[in-house]
Amino acid sequence: MLMNSILSTMIWLPILAGVVLLFIGDGDQRKHNIIRYLSLSASIVTLLLGIWLYFEFDNTTHSMQFIEQATWIASLNIEYYLGVDGISVPLILLTVFITPFVVASSWDVIKVRPAQYFAAFLILEGLMIGVFSALDAILFYVFWEAMLVPMFLIIGIWGGERRVYATLKFFLYTFLGSVLMLVSFIYLYGQTANFNLLSFMAAPLSLLEQQLIFIALLLAFAVKVPMWPVHTWLPDAHVEAPTGGSVILAAIMLKMGGYGFIRLSMPITPDASEYFSFMMIVLSLIAVTYIGFVALMQKDMKKLIAYSSIAHMGFVTLGFFIVWSFSTTTEGALGVTGAMVQMISHGLISGAMFLCVGVLYDRMHSREIAAYGGVANTMPVFAAFMVLFSMANAGLPGTSGFVGEFMVILASFKANIWYGFLAATTLILGAAYTLWMVKRVLYGEVANDNVAKLTDLNDREFYILGALAISVLMVGIWPAPMIDMMSATIEQLMLQISETKIVGVDL
Amino acid sequence: MDMQTLVLASAEIFLLTMICVVLVVDLFVTDQNRTITFGLSLASLVGTGFLVLSNTPATTQYLFDGSYVSDPLAGLLKMASIVMVGIGFIYSRSYLIQSKLMKGEFFLLSLFGLLGILIMISANSLLIMYLGLETLALSLYALVAFERNSRDAAESAMKYFILGAIASGSLLYGISWVYGVTGAIEFNEIATAIANDPSLNSLPLWFGVSFMIVGIAFKFGAVPFHMWLPDVYQGARTPVTLFIATAPKLAAFALIYRVLVDGLGDLHASWQAIIMIISLLSMVLGNIVAIAQTNIKRMLGYSAIGHVGFIFAGIFTGSQIGYSAALFYSLTYVLMAAGAFGLVIILSDQKEAESLEDFKGLGQRNPWLAMLMLFIMLGMAGIPPWVGFFAKLTIINTVVEAGFTWFAIVMVLSSVIGAFYYLRVIWYMYFEKAVNTKAINMGKDIGLVASLNGLLILGLGIFPATLMQYCLSVIN
Repeated sequence: MLMNSILSTMIWLPILAGVVLLFIGDGDQRKHNIIRYLSLSASIVTLLLGIWLYFEFDNTTHSMQFIEQATWIASLNIEYYLGVDGISVPLILLTVFITPFVVASSWDVIKVRPAQYFAAFLILEGLMIGVFSALDAILFYVFWEAMLVPMFLIIGIWGGERRVYATLKFFLYTFLGSVLMLVSFIYLYGQTANFNLLSFMAAPLSLLEQQLIFIALLLAFAVKVPMWPVHTWLPDAHVEAPTGGSVILAAIMLKMGGYGFIRLSMPITPDASEYFSFMMIVLSLIAVTYIGFVALMQKDMKKLIAYSSIAHMGFVTLGFFIVWSFSTTTEGALGVTGAMVQMISHGLISGAMFLCVGVLYDRMHSREIAAYGGVANTMPVFAAFMVLFSMANAGLPGTSGFVGEFMVILASFKANIWYGFLAATTLILGAAYTLWMVKRVLYGEVANDNVAKLTDLNDREFYILGALAISVLMVGIWPAPMIDMMSATIEQLMLQISETKIVGVDL
Repeated sequence: MDMQTLVLASAEIFLLTMICVVLVVDLFVTDQNRTITFGLSLASLVGTGFLVLSNTPATTQYLFDGSYVSDPLAGLLKMASIVMVGIGFIYSRSYLIQSKLMKGEFFLLSLFGLLGILIMISANSLLIMYLGLETLALSLYALVAFERNSRDAAESAMKYFILGAIASGSLLYGISWVYGVTGAIEFNEIATAIANDPSLNSLPLWFGVSFMIVGIAFKFGAVPFHMWLPDVYQGARTPVTLFIATAPKLAAFALIYRVLVDGLGDLHASWQAIIMIISLLSMVLGNIVAIAQTNIKRMLGYSAIGHVGFIFAGIFTGSQIGYSAALFYSLTYVLMAAGAFGLVIILSDQKEAESLEDFKGLGQRNPWLAMLMLFIMLGMAGIPPWVGFFAKLTIINTVVEAGFTWFAIVMVLSSVIGAFYYLRVIWYMYFEKAVNTKAINMGKDIGLVASLNGLLILGLGIFPATLMQYCLSVIN
């Protein structure tokens, strides 16, 4: 029974738990405890289901697994159609892995309306899993948009000073990006008479149709990734969001954009993707280099990490769209695999970095780099973790940050020496902005009395950061299981996108 | 006249009888016992609803020599109108008592308005339609002016009356041209006349149709005939606004459907462009101007204009799925509008809660109500999984299918603009501190209706298939 509906269970269990939390509501300490333990256990059960999914998942095939299919809206041929392959499973695992940490990191930090806070995160988790497993375009769109609502509330209610501005900007930006995606889905429905993503992929389309659809999808996904120049919502949203919100935003929501490219844009409009690939590569390289410089100049820790996220996500789009620079599919697969690994690794690292900032913020209520200095003297254990994650962020070999970036850079060099050269600047820039921040925050003399009064990590924080540190190292040292999970699907994707969908025209 | 005819029209006859009963009973009721009038009015609604339910035929039936029609579409629209008026009564009761407006006239005029709506929905001839329309319109003018001592109400009633009279005149003028050209006043006969003699499809007929469209657009409050709508929404007492914002919209849908599709369906190519332009202007103007509003009733008024643009978009495509999408949109929109004004009523005590500021901190004052308002606002904004999204989806789908992809792009962009002012309500509710921290007290009945209303917006969004299918089947 569970076997057949594992994906549904993973989507609806956290949502249901969230609704229950809303009904329990806020109250005294006892209620507060019930809320916290309930949300933690819901997220852990989902994690266990995710682990089970991982072991049941068949690496050797590229076809969709754990399929659930039922009619939802017959008159429009919309289905409740779920299924996962080697691209979606790693991202689902990332989602279920990060959420318990988010719950735990907010354990006794959130004092205002905790029930709604935890409920928002659990509902968000379910919706995100839904995005990664939906195979029906409308179902995908429903999850995709619905996801904005809890995040809108999380930033708006529990955020910093300019939270209203930031959250409205976040919502409207992403909403504007995605409405055109809906129009292109409806257009494709006109061609195929259903909303099945797999039939969208098989539908023949002229180059002009593909180009228009590609642009519509690009708006949705580029905003989400975010790509330069539509990235401006991200630093605002990150800075104003509470720690948990920043973690989810950076670790998972940004990956939706990358997922969209690889799940929708590339297979549905392969010819247009090829047509626009140079533009995409240029935009990605601008993100990697220019945003890297911007990050260098930041005075606010969260903003710095936000900009570093944009730069790192540039590698993801670079890895995807460099495929068309190659004549063989094996080299292309290197770039795509690198991009996928980069998504997972960035999820872990940026999540951990935001948690580190959260640890400091909970104590000092400041995100300014200048407010700190010499933290390593008072918080040695914390400093060790933060240095590790910063190294990973800078792409140090042995950490997960290295694997994806290295693969993408390698592919770039094979494609074009200049791509490779520009992409490789991140190794310098990334190290510069991250380590410079580490130096200013952690090292040197104790800067002021507030820093002198800091206490080191408590048990809860220690275990959270410790678990993340282990996972960052594990992916860095032994990425094979993850790559094996994706390889069959990516190979198939390469074949799929190498065939033109234009009917009756020779390219 | 046989029994069958009377049975099919029994709902209207019953309602008229009950109105007379309420009228007489109300004479003997003092202000303290006005609940009797309230109860009796609700009972009339229940009875009328029951008769509609049990007497709606499965196929189209013409009665009274073809001037009246009873079909599943009429059944659905009538049922929805009755429910809306009933919801409105329940929302309004304690508000009316508090503001010392608990008068029999409110209920009587509303019931008369409902009678007009039922007649419009079932009208199969231009004259019967006009009769229904005027019954409704006159009741509405009086309802808006219902609070005698309010200057705002008097002003907006005056505006409404004068502009409404002009629109009715325009409609009647158009009717006379259409009758003159085709020689028929029943919709199906007009259609037959045009089909038999295509030469009728010429300038004189188009001239008449244009005037009729002006009248219809006015009743909907579509741009450029929308001037009255924000003023009336703002000036009228909220229970009256709720009434105007809900059931008459369904009647207006029936009006446009019967006239343009049943009667003048063959002229689709001629009226398509007009409806399309009206739709475009309404969507864009309604959504943009709504951003500037600080009065929630006025804001919802402009938002209504935007929504009417979407309904018209379903009509102009001229396809069965387009009409059914417009029907689905109308039904779900009035549900959301009823909820929105219902919440404004609930929040009002002593004074009207008409400023957006009154929603500040509702998330803390009453989380449940705030969540219901969240559902309504997101529904109106067209965010999934609330039902407004599926209403927009079906409309956009028919527009794209008709080959107007550019129009669909304008539609989605205007809904992004619209999202801003709906989000602003959510922002005030959740992100701002409450100005007025007094607990909100409301009756159990109001709470129940509001909860059902809000949850239905979510529920229909998660399971929209049945209603969608039903809308398709009544249009076919």
